Amino acid sequence: MTTTPESVDIDLPIALDRLRAMVRVRRFEERCVELYSASAIRGFLHLAIGEEAVAAGVLAALEPDDAVVATYREHGHALLRGLSMRSIMSEMLGMQEGCCGGRGGSMHLFSAEHRFYGGNAIVGGGLPVATGLALADQMQARDRVTACFFGEGAMAEGEFHESMNLAALWELPVLFCCENNLYAMGTALDRSESQVDLALKASSYAMAAWVVDGMDVIAVEHAARAAAAQIRAGGGPVFLELRTYRFRAHSMYDPDRYRDKEEIERWRERDPIALLAAAIVAAGGPADPVGDLEAEVAAEIDDAVAFAEAGTPAPVDSLTRFVTSEVAR
Amino acid sequence: MSAPGTTTYREALREGLRAALAADDRTFLMGEDVGRYGGSFAVSLGLLEEFGPARVRDAPLSESAFVGAGIGAAIGGMRPIVEVMTVNFSLLALDQIMNNAATLLHMTNGQLNVPLVIRMTTGAGRQLAAQHSHSLEGWYAHIPGLRVVTPATTRDARWMLKAALEDPDPVLVFEHGALLTEPGPDPSDAGEVDLDRAAVRRAGRDVSIITYGGSLPKALAAAELLAAEGIDAEVVDLRTLRPLDTDAIVATVARTHHVVVVDEGWRSGGINAEIIARINDHAFFELDGPVQRVCTLEVPIPYAQHLEEAALPQVHDVVRASRIAVGAAGGSDG
Repeated sequence: MTTTPESVDIDLPIALDRLRAMVRVRRFEERCVELYSASAIRGFLHLAIGEEAVAAGVLAALEPDDAVVATYREHGHALLRGLSMRSIMSEMLGMQEGCCGGRGGSMHLFSAEHRFYGGNAIVGGGLPVATGLALADQMQARDRVTACFFGEGAMAEGEFHESMNLAALWELPVLFCCENNLYAMGTALDRSESQVDLALKASSYAMAAWVVDGMDVIAVEHAARAAAAQIRAGGGPVFLELRTYRFRAHSMYDPDRYRDKEEIERWRERDPIALLAAAIVAAGGPADPVGDLEAEVAAEIDDAVAFAEAGTPAPVDSLTRFVTSEVAR
Repeated sequence: MSAPGTTTYREALREGLRAALAADDRTFLMGEDVGRYGGSFAVSLGLLEEFGPARVRDAPLSESAFVGAGIGAAIGGMRPIVEVMTVNFSLLALDQIMNNAATLLHMTNGQLNVPLVIRMTTGAGRQLAAQHSHSLEGWYAHIPGLRVVTPATTRDARWMLKAALEDPDPVLVFEHGALLTEPGPDPSDAGEVDLDRAAVRRAGRDVSIITYGGSLPKALAAAELLAAEGIDAEVVDLRTLRPLDTDAIVATVARTHHVVVVDEGWRSGGINAEIIARINDHAFFELDGPVQRVCTLEVPIPYAQHLEEAALPQVHDVVRASRIAVGAAGGSDG
């Protein structure tokens, strides 16, 4: 039923690379907060600060041909899938140069080129689509995995159950990645689920389901690699419950009244960036591995912001383009 | 089997499916009971044996998942035909149809088109009561990004699917349940159809009866009765509810100057209202009188036969509305 893959010793070059990935995401989102406060970014903005190990670990385990379906809390997933920071920041600023031409914004980052399929803002709505992407791969005998991210809140939705059943029934190559940050917006897990053991719940679909420490990027990657290998070998879908926590509120509108400050502080002690940095130091790596990254990451963000700010506001006369395809019938 | 040279709407639909599956390996049919059962209305009967379980794919009762899977498979390079047993159950897949199928192309700035066909049975008239009798094609026609087609003849039943599969964007095909046994000419050699154009099914000079889908036979029957009274009705089959063929609507109004819209949907906010608004926008000065409309009474569809008949547009309602439209005697109490 539910098992947890063994933790593994860290490999320094890999660990430093994963640390860099998480720091890029963290600093990018911190800059987004500043831009939101300055009204340059509007609409909803959902931050994954504290949850970076999930995207960094899972995406490191995927191949370029694999597909990714994510949620509205997906800046990090998009960035680590290979979308340029410039195209993401331009999207947040509503510019034509954005990955969706300014039509999607923070919640709808897409890149067909990277097989990055959102950016889905209906909780649970990405799961059926991921199931279908995997069905297309199965029917065309392609050796691909579709990684589908969703929060634990989605596990109360019908679309979760329908998709899990379909994927397991048809043995589709889907890697279901539940980002369990314990709160569906403001509703705690035990106030929303009759069964709070999410891997147990998933395993009822006759699917392999593993619990993973979502604050440990190395553990996440290890589990995701094992799962992807099992899926590629024809073993059908795998479910990962990635236990994590968001350090900030649900969105910029959220006053965060439903959590104890002490709880947030307890989780901050398991900050995935700090945990990995400490492991790197302990393994004989550089003394300040995060500090070593700051200048490079800040330069990338500065460049992305400057690029986006100098961008072209998406032209209004293009608004009715792409309601339907622009091809000759 | 039908007589030589004739077929039924159901058989024509099946031939359309068979031809589509034979023509393209990327095409598959997915839905509830499409395989072993043969389709809940026997439309896909025999296709499992011919094309196998991977391409005539029975899905569990999970409309949202298998419609969404159709969207994902379409993005992934397939050309799926998803059958939602009836429009009533499509409500369980509304999130996928509206938030994904209709939206992805625009929201991604043209990156992801969704070449998906969703077929469903629509309409009332078979005493199936309030939860199995909806006519929501007009509702779906409200949504930018979708094409909504309503085959009403054996030719459209046979050939609209091919055109729908050639469309790079999602197409919803509404097959009226009351038409399934309707006979018609065998359309095997009739050839391809254009999804952009309405069709004049009966030419006339005095009044335009504009309709679609399951109401077409009623409109044609009404036209025959009106002819006996000396009223020469033109019957226009819209065929596609989104995008509406405004030119065809304007052209028929310009010919007859009197209009009756027949819509099995409810009156308020229905596609009938949009048709009248188009006339208002584009053909107002062609009208010699107010447009009449015959719609379903604004009640949930009842079971008992006499109640259901009273709720739905009937031939005599179309006749009466046409008399009113042309200002003939007997319109108010025909």
